[in-house]
Amino acid sequence: MFDPTPILTGDRRALARLITKIENAAPEAAEALPALFPHTGRAHLIGITGPPGSGKSSLVNELAKTLRQAGRTVAIVAVDPSSPFTGGAILGDRIRMRDLYGDPGVFVRSMASRGSLGGLARATADVVKVLDAAGFDVVLVETVGAGQAEVDIARAAHTTVVIEAPGLGDDVQAIKAGLLEVADLLVVNKADQPGAESAVRALKASLELAHPTRRLWEDNGHHRDRDRDDMFPLPPIAPGLKKDFKRLPPTAVEAPATDVFFWLPPVLQTVATQGKGFAELLAALDQHRAYLQTSGELQRREQTRFTHEFEARLREVLLAAARARLGDQSFATMLARIIARQIDPTSAARELLGRVQTV
Amino acid sequence: MADTQSKIRVLVAKPGLDGHDRGAKIIARALRDAGMEVIYTGLRQTPEMVAEAALQEDVDVVGLSILSGAHMALVPKILELMRANGQSDVPLFLGGIVPDEDLAPLKAMGVTGVFGPGANTEAIIQAVREAVKSA
Repeated sequence: MFDPTPILTGDRRALARLITKIENAAPEAAEALPALFPHTGRAHLIGITGPPGSGKSSLVNELAKTLRQAGRTVAIVAVDPSSPFTGGAILGDRIRMRDLYGDPGVFVRSMASRGSLGGLARATADVVKVLDAAGFDVVLVETVGAGQAEVDIARAAHTTVVIEAPGLGDDVQAIKAGLLEVADLLVVNKADQPGAESAVRALKASLELAHPTRRLWEDNGHHRDRDRDDMFPLPPIAPGLKKDFKRLPPTAVEAPATDVFFWLPPVLQTVATQGKGFAELLAALDQHRAYLQTSGELQRREQTRFTHEFEARLREVLLAAARARLGDQSFATMLARIIARQIDPTSAARELLGRVQTV
Repeated sequence: MADTQSKIRVLVAKPGLDGHDRGAKIIARALRDAGMEVIYTGLRQTPEMVAEAALQEDVDVVGLSILSGAHMALVPKILELMRANGQSDVPLFLGGIVPDEDLAPLKAMGVTGVFGPGANTEAIIQAVREAVKSA
C-alpha cells in the first residue's frame, strides 16, 4: 500500500523516485496518484512556453529566484524533446538554472517528452499533481521549445506565459493561430536587444486584432469579449496593468453572473540574464491568479481541464474493457477486414460496439 | 499505455573549474543516441550541485568529466554527498585525465569505472548498461 506521508512532508528522495515511476507508468504510480489527488489544487500552476532559444530556461531561473524572494516555494518541471529515432534525450535546462541549487524551497526536475507532440510529456500533468500535493506554492512547467501548435500547456496550467524574443518574425507571425492565442501573459525576453520595441509593438497590435467577440476556446474556456470593451470604457484595476485588466459593465447582456472580468494579455519585457523586468512579471502573474479566482475563470478552466482528462481516461478503460470482453482475435479480424476494404473503420467500430453490448 | 518502458537516466556533470566540455558533450550525445535520457548540467559544478541534481533527477547513473586533475578531491566529496542522500547504490563513472596510480584508490572509494582519452563510446555505453542492470 502506498504511503503518501513522505511526499506530503517534503521528502525529496521519495518525490524524485515517485516522479520516475509516473514517467514509466509503473504500478506504484497508479497507487500513489489516487492517494495524492485530494491534496492537489493549492499550487499556482504556471506554464512557460515559447520558441527554442527565446530564453525559457533563463527566465524560469530568474522567475524562480524572484518567487523565492517573495517567500514562495517553487517546483520546476522542464521538458525537452526525446529523439524520434532512438528515444534518447539530452535534457539541458538545468544549465541555466544553476542559481537555484542548495535551496530546499526549490525542486527542479527535467523530463523528456517521450514521443508526445504537444510540447509536454504524457506524464507531465500527473507529475505536476504530485508536486502540487507536495506543497509547493508555485509549479513552473517549461515546455519543449515550441513552434506554433504546441499548445497542450494551456490545458495543464492556470497561467500560460508565452515568451518571444526580438527578431523572430513579422507582424503576420503574431496574428497566426496557435501559441499566441493561448497566452495569458506575453513576454518579450532579451528586451535589451535590437528589435525588442518592434516585437512588443507587433504583439500588442496582434492583441488588438485578434480578439473577436465572444471567443470561447473549447479546451480551456478562454473567454473574452472585445466589442463590449470598445463600447464601455472600463475603470483600471491595477496601476501596472491599466490597459489590460478591465471590468465589464454589470448590466452586460448574456454575461453570466460570475463573468464580470475579462483578461487581455499584457505584453511585458524582460532581460532574463540581467534579472530585469521580473518584479513586473511577478505582479502580472499574481494579477492573473487574482483574475482567475474572482472571475469564475478558474472553475471554468478546471472544468475543461478535468473534462478532458476524465474523457481520456474513460476512453482508455472502456477500450481495455472492450478488448477484454471481445478478445484480441475480434480486433485482429476486424482490422483485417478494414485493410481489405470490406468495411470502413467507423462501421467496424459500431459493429464491435453492438457486439460488446450483446455479449 | 503507449510507453511503459523505463529509460536509463544519466547525469553528465562537469565538477571543478576546467572549462573543457567537449568530451562531456560527446559522451552525452553518445548516450542519447543509445536511447538514454541524459541530464546535462554544464560547466563548473560544485559537488553539492552534482549531488543535488542526481537526487532531484533520480538518475540511474552519474558520469563525471574532470580534466583539471582535481578528481581525488572532488570524487570522494560527491560520493559522500550521494551516500548522505540515500543514493549509494547509484553507479558513478569518471572520465578525463586520470593517472594510473589513482585508479585503485578511486575503485576503492566506490567509482564503478574510469574512462580516459580515446575511450570507445560503445564500451562506455555497454559499461553504463551493465552497471544499471546490476545496481
